[in-house]
Amino acid sequence: MGYESDIVERKFKVIGTRVKRPDGIDKVTGRARYGADTSAPGQLVALVLRSPHAHAVIKKIDTSVAEKLPGVKAVITSADFPDLTNGDRTMRDILENCMARKKALYDGHAVAAVAAIDASTARAALKLIKVDYQVLPHVVEVDDALKSDAPLLHDDIFTEGISPTPTKPSNFNKQAEYGHGDLDEGFRQADVIVARSFKTEQTHQGYIEPHACLASVSPDGMAELWVCTQGHFVYRNQCATLLGLDANKLRVTSSEIGGGFGGKTHIWAEPLALALSRKANRPVKLTMTRDEVFRCTGPTSSTSIDVKIGAKKDGTITAAFAELRYHGGAFPANWAEFGAMTAFACYDLKNVKTISKDCVVNRPKTAAYRAPSAPMAAFAVENTVDELAKKIGMDVIDFRIKNAAKEGTKSSYGPVYGPIGIGPTLHAAKHHPHMSAPLGKNTGRGMACGFWFNFGGQTCVDVNVTPDGNATVAVGTIDVGGSRASIAMAVAEELGVGFDNVRCVVADTSTLGHNDMTDGSRGTFSSSMAAIFAARKAIEVLRDRAAKTWEINVADVEWIDGAAHAKGAGHGNLKPLTLKELAETAANTGGPVAGHSEIVADGAGVSFATHLVDVETDPETGRSVIKRYTVIQDAGKAIHPSYVEGQYQGGAAQGIGWALNEEYVYGKNGRLQNAGFLDYRIPVCSDLPFIDTQILEIPNPHHPYGVRGVGETSIVPPLAAISIAVTNATGVRHTHVPLSPPRVLAALKAAPKA
Amino acid sequence: MSVHVKTTINGDHVEFVCPADEPLLDVLRNRLGLTGAKEGCGTGDCGACSVILDGRLVCSCLVLGAELNGKSLETIEGMAEGGKLHPLQQQFIDHAALQCGVCTPGFLIAAKALLRKNPDPSEEEIRFGLAGNLCRCTGYDKIVRAVQAAAKEMRT
Repeated sequence: MGYESDIVERKFKVIGTRVKRPDGIDKVTGRARYGADTSAPGQLVALVLRSPHAHAVIKKIDTSVAEKLPGVKAVITSADFPDLTNGDRTMRDILENCMARKKALYDGHAVAAVAAIDASTARAALKLIKVDYQVLPHVVEVDDALKSDAPLLHDDIFTEGISPTPTKPSNFNKQAEYGHGDLDEGFRQADVIVARSFKTEQTHQGYIEPHACLASVSPDGMAELWVCTQGHFVYRNQCATLLGLDANKLRVTSSEIGGGFGGKTHIWAEPLALALSRKANRPVKLTMTRDEVFRCTGPTSSTSIDVKIGAKKDGTITAAFAELRYHGGAFPANWAEFGAMTAFACYDLKNVKTISKDCVVNRPKTAAYRAPSAPMAAFAVENTVDELAKKIGMDVIDFRIKNAAKEGTKSSYGPVYGPIGIGPTLHAAKHHPHMSAPLGKNTGRGMACGFWFNFGGQTCVDVNVTPDGNATVAVGTIDVGGSRASIAMAVAEELGVGFDNVRCVVADTSTLGHNDMTDGSRGTFSSSMAAIFAARKAIEVLRDRAAKTWEINVADVEWIDGAAHAKGAGHGNLKPLTLKELAETAANTGGPVAGHSEIVADGAGVSFATHLVDVETDPETGRSVIKRYTVIQDAGKAIHPSYVEGQYQGGAAQGIGWALNEEYVYGKNGRLQNAGFLDYRIPVCSDLPFIDTQILEIPNPHHPYGVRGVGETSIVPPLAAISIAVTNATGVRHTHVPLSPPRVLAALKAAPKA
Repeated sequence: MSVHVKTTINGDHVEFVCPADEPLLDVLRNRLGLTGAKEGCGTGDCGACSVILDGRLVCSCLVLGAELNGKSLETIEGMAEGGKLHPLQQQFIDHAALQCGVCTPGFLIAAKALLRKNPDPSEEEIRFGLAGNLCRCTGYDKIVRAVQAAAKEMRT
């Protein structure tokens, strides 16, 4: 059941201010502890042996020599991981990704791991493990993987979503369709139709902190895991399943997280550290290198997308179609389906259809990357929309405003929208000074829109009033961008006290109920909702205590500005009882004061953004430079405006990298050629201008303060907006990102001379 | 082969023994308990391990621990003076110039070295001066503004 807000017009005292983050001083002094920043007595160092082949049968692994090396305390292979997944395909794939079983499925796939007394001994031990591979043909491109004669990764994938289900296995794991109306009739009504094909390359989340953990398993089954993660409860559940541990005995403590962006949403090497610790009966620390991070964790899909849109001369879109082909890396996923759902979400369409085709390739298992799948779909759709508007001779913003989704629109993926922000962001863009600023030489201006669903999910929060009249908040969602501050602000707002009176911490998995991970822009949305409810329950307790103290009916007690007030005739002489006074006397009025909330946070409001960008493209070198960038996005209600701006700017910067530089480059042998920050170049400070932001607030009726998730939508429009800007700068439509200089030059060379 | 190193770190005399081929970053993190410098890449590409060695900004993953002998090192742990934050540290907090914070020690050290050389940098000089440090969260916007504010504060 979604929560229906009644206080979106509320006057806030703490919400909307720019308080200083409680983790700030630890982070600027080097005191904050991340995944690799802790140690345990007697700890061993773990290293992982990884496949150098893109696709190979593992015929035999001989670890006997490595095991005898002095200082080596444990060596593990897939033989140490019996399949305990009980028919759960998703968990079995995670197990096989953590440690290859019969085949290595990508360059970097783990095949064995060692724990030794120090790193140099562990390195020496890795060299002594002998793996006998039979190399197989491989496939790394989406469209190649979908061909009927492509090298087959798994012999048990039979395309889901096609009737009848194929009897022959393939790399094509799932097809899905979304939409409504009559597409053929829609295209018949169109005066102008544009059809284009697009490609996007694979990118990595690029978090600066590599995956790291410290595991300790005792012979009685008690286990501890310190780890950088976006979801320590999820990590606990997954590790317990794969290792046959009781979830209650595995206590997972989340470190500070040095970036995740979706890449730390499921386990990678943590089960290896736990298995090594169990085998050696010593704590084991495992830290990935940057090379490992690129080769075997997280990237998003590369894609191939066809779009066809038709419109009348007056600018009304009559039909829209897209086929989206994405891969999940070496294991089945449904990223194309997410693309199919988001592709046309910005528009109010009578006739729309999308088809998704998901497949597997010999690349690392993909993970979510900030609004996963939406940026690629938006790149393809927004470029087609841009071209269509220009062919009709309409202003690109006016064309979008005419077709924008609004409250009551049946979305292309099914649900009917409530109050939404796409129209307001477009109107704000139309009137933004950026739109009328003059452009320099070789410079083009692009604009594009983006959408993301936002998630809610399982959430559990405790609010405890301390004996001195302050409050602590324990949450189970990882703080990736300032959510501890934001959630403390919400509790302060409810209790009617100052921000400094509330401290919010992320609890470990043994001290709070299950929480879903911080993904889908849900951290602040759902934990602030649960925290508000928990604070309200604490207020109920406080009112009750005041009523007892005064010996009056609790119905006559109101909570205003951090104190209980007696209302009504006859109570006029009762002086308000403050939170501090009630806390100090709690021992005599019923004991500790607390409020708890366990919810499924339904009603995460959908989020829309419009981005504007000026790009200068050098026609001789093909190099593109961002000259000006503006993000306009609906936040519902910005709890802490600086952190909302930070999310807008960070998402835009990642999108800029994706649009201009970042891509996985594979050699003919299927090995990743650029597994490092020198060759996989993310934007640096000198690549970017200031990124201007405009926060719109169209309240989400399903959150008590109107909050929507804000973290992800900002990465959706940049690929489209930047490529459109380069198109406007060069006069040639660019349909393949990243727009690296060689690719832009090739497109310019291939284009017919104007 | 191990070496015996005598050095000064954040004003304190420090001695340690380390293998001759051990990077300074590993010495700081694993031997001396100074985990403020982070390993983001180990190849000098990300700047998360930045330290100032005899006045020069370096990536501690590219320097050997043995090279510290007789030299003076500044790390993030020595940036605040007692309870008083360095103006850069305070401005980073005030400007919300950090999100996950893992790159922050490196940025602060790099910015400190930059402002020492150039107390009044232009925006472009700040951007190029910090181009050796990677941040994936902020888009650098609030970092540049925090450095501008700190530079102004330190000049007055």
